[in-house]
Amino acid sequence: MMDSKIPEGDIADKWSNYKNHAKLINPANRKKLNIIVVGTGLAGASCAASLAEQGYNVKSFCFQDSARRAHSVAAQGGVNAAKNYKNDGDSVYRMFYDTIKGGDFRSREANVYRLAECSLALIDQAVAQGVPFAREYGGYLNNRSFGGVQVSRTFYARGQTGQQLMIGAYQALMRQVAVGKVKTYTRHEMLDLVLVDGKAKGIIARNLETGALERHAANAVVLATGGYGKVYYLSTLAMGCNTSAIWRAHKKGAFMSGVSWIQFHPTCLPQIGETQSKLTLMSESLRNDGRIWVPKKANDERTPNEIPEEERDYYLERRYPAFGNLSPRDIASRAAKERIDAGCGVGPMKNAVCLDFSKAIKEQGKDKIEEKYGNLFRMYDKINGVNAYKEPMLISPAAHFTMGGLWVDYDLMTTIPGLFALGEANFSDHGANRLGANSLLQSCVDGYFIAPYTIPNFLAGEAKVEKVTTDHPAFAAAEETIKKQIEQFLNAKGHLSADHFHKTLGKLLYDKCGLSRTKESLEDAIVELKALKKSFDKDVKITGDGQMNSELEKAGRVSDFLELGELMCHDALQREESCGAHFREEYQTPDGEAVRNDEDFCYVSAWEWKGEGKKPELHKEPLIFEAVALTVRSYK
Amino acid sequence: MKLYLKVWRQEHRESKGKMIDYEVGGISVHMSFLEMLDMLNERLIQKGERVIEFDHDCREGICGACGMMINGRAHGPLSGTTTCQLHMRSFKDGETVYIEPFRAAAFPVLRDLKIDRSSFDHIIQAGGYISTSTGQAPEANSLPISHDTTEAAFDAAACIGCGACVATCKNSSAALFTSAKVSHLVLLPQGKLESANRVIKMVNQMDEEGFGHCSNTEACEVECPQEISVLHIGRMNFHYNKALILRK
Repeated sequence: MMDSKIPEGDIADKWSNYKNHAKLINPANRKKLNIIVVGTGLAGASCAASLAEQGYNVKSFCFQDSARRAHSVAAQGGVNAAKNYKNDGDSVYRMFYDTIKGGDFRSREANVYRLAECSLALIDQAVAQGVPFAREYGGYLNNRSFGGVQVSRTFYARGQTGQQLMIGAYQALMRQVAVGKVKTYTRHEMLDLVLVDGKAKGIIARNLETGALERHAANAVVLATGGYGKVYYLSTLAMGCNTSAIWRAHKKGAFMSGVSWIQFHPTCLPQIGETQSKLTLMSESLRNDGRIWVPKKANDERTPNEIPEEERDYYLERRYPAFGNLSPRDIASRAAKERIDAGCGVGPMKNAVCLDFSKAIKEQGKDKIEEKYGNLFRMYDKINGVNAYKEPMLISPAAHFTMGGLWVDYDLMTTIPGLFALGEANFSDHGANRLGANSLLQSCVDGYFIAPYTIPNFLAGEAKVEKVTTDHPAFAAAEETIKKQIEQFLNAKGHLSADHFHKTLGKLLYDKCGLSRTKESLEDAIVELKALKKSFDKDVKITGDGQMNSELEKAGRVSDFLELGELMCHDALQREESCGAHFREEYQTPDGEAVRNDEDFCYVSAWEWKGEGKKPELHKEPLIFEAVALTVRSYK
Repeated sequence: MKLYLKVWRQEHRESKGKMIDYEVGGISVHMSFLEMLDMLNERLIQKGERVIEFDHDCREGICGACGMMINGRAHGPLSGTTTCQLHMRSFKDGETVYIEPFRAAAFPVLRDLKIDRSSFDHIIQAGGYISTSTGQAPEANSLPISHDTTEAAFDAAACIGCGACVATCKNSSAALFTSAKVSHLVLLPQGKLESANRVIKMVNQMDEEGFGHCSNTEACEVECPQEISVLHIGRMNFHYNKALILRK
């Protein structure tokens, strides 16, 4: 049984209780303590900066050429906070409830409540840093609504909310670099976690310019390395997004949870060719004003503008009248897949649905729509050469966000003492489905407000432990393993590129462990994945040398994705229910809605790595609901 | 379609590079420019050759990682567009295309098209922030900021730090990059307090990194994927001079 270490007290008091009793470290001792933070996205940068501000020495790692480029920049729509500035009945409790319900009752109550509670301070923090959130003409902050909720609690900065929050966190980080409290290691990739006496004491990183392997020791290690949706190859993620840091930590003993809970974002650009590398996301905020439809009849060959109003099926408005086009992502994506599979898809590959702004433009005027979404319309035009003010956008669901990740307790600490996981890299707050505009929030809250309490609380208990240096044999052993793997890749005599395997893996997972899954598809996938991994080890071909070499980087990441893919399938197979993004075709109502099984599956699955080729072992953390009642999640 | 590429290949920081010819057939007009390079790299792997190294990440125009000179233009022929958002429909069948890294003394080439842009980080470290630590912030709505001020600050804050402005400037000046940050922060009331110190430190750092003086050609604005205005350079100069005068 997993111990999540939830503090005592009423749900609204737990976090205060924790903060009131968390152990402290005096300022003179803080400067003797070193912390490694891997990843410089919102969670990593905010955590590194906040810890440095307190006086700890922080080493910050990222594979990009600058900390500012982490994929948090790509989040467009907004960040949620229960400020209730719109006086529309919002509150911390309501936000907590929406998030728990949005996650289909598969997240931990105490964590989610804390997320909603800390949302208030985040907006204050970001504004103080100079984040230019949208404002009303009176000068006060503006909000809009997002999928899955009925209040307006989303703060936004045009279609660049992630970028602007990221700039705030990056600048805070740079300020600490300037005062010498943070040292950044850009173009560095963490390749292994080093354990001493079962505790996380450092990492092995590869300098991506020179190829040199480096040892770094610390009193605690933080992984804020983002999600692994790129496992599907075609996704909304950046090309460099990977699972390697968390996967290698998993292989060293950190459990993983909710591994197969992957959100497919409903408003992405569809695939149009075999060489495509990316499915670009169009912000969900577009669903505030855009209406989603497909032709009523299957295999309609007409262009969208040729199809008259009465022959259009606004299927979200039809199926979910209360939430309509603002239905949560998992529901909107599945409904799109249902229509596309029924032959009603549009576009050259018949794999898309229409997102139509004609009504909004008629009602509000083109200028208003342009002010709200101008950059998105421009982006659409750039990629497709189509003016979406005149004809509907074509959109399609794409792999986007991983609710799963490293299992963490209330302190955001993994099952390895001293190893913390923040942001999308952990599993904690979103249950089986994440609500829009909650991911920016979670990464910021983890980094600015939670880890800066929980990490010192851990370190305070460690004060008497002997300091570990990089001469410890554990570092030499970890470095040797990595060195061997790199040599193996460079000496491989195969004939297929790492991308070839990545694309094969992605297609396999889209088909068998994607928007919907079955027992058969998952069992098939496990067999196929084992074969694919074998073929990869034998047939991969990497050209170039051991220095700057993007093919070598890819090979390591794809190798990890292949192993992760198998765990995803085990996770999806074991969970015989449908919940949130996890839709098992065997468990649905006659009209296609998910059937959750609280009696048998109201727990978090935490998987333990048992070794190459061995079946992972399942551990359970029961989910106990005290503040909310378990209900059927309906948006009708 | 088919293109004749001339691509800059360079082994290391110190080594001498040169243009190498590649013939690439089978290009679809729907491909992005980077997907075309992916395809070429895939073919190089099959031939056992080292792939062309180039920086890229989000492939949706926001991370600022990609950037190369395409036929002598930063990010290629389109305005307001990063290299990853450039599609092959902007090229003609049979065309010769020159691909080079962004070049500047302050942007050393690492390998092929990958460059070192840490000089931009150093400029931000010199003062491109508001000095607020976690926990200090007042209630967000306690400080009303006009809609227009926010929008103007946003226009400057939209910089993605790609370096196209530097690459296109004949003096390799980072004036647009630096001034965008100066503007973003000086326009907002939260950032005004530190404005004098900030602008002096950032401008000094810009010089120290080896960037040249503003060339006044306004080429940077033309090539900026976020279409950031050169008026920010004017604002930076104003605040720089004001800070110098008031300091004495």
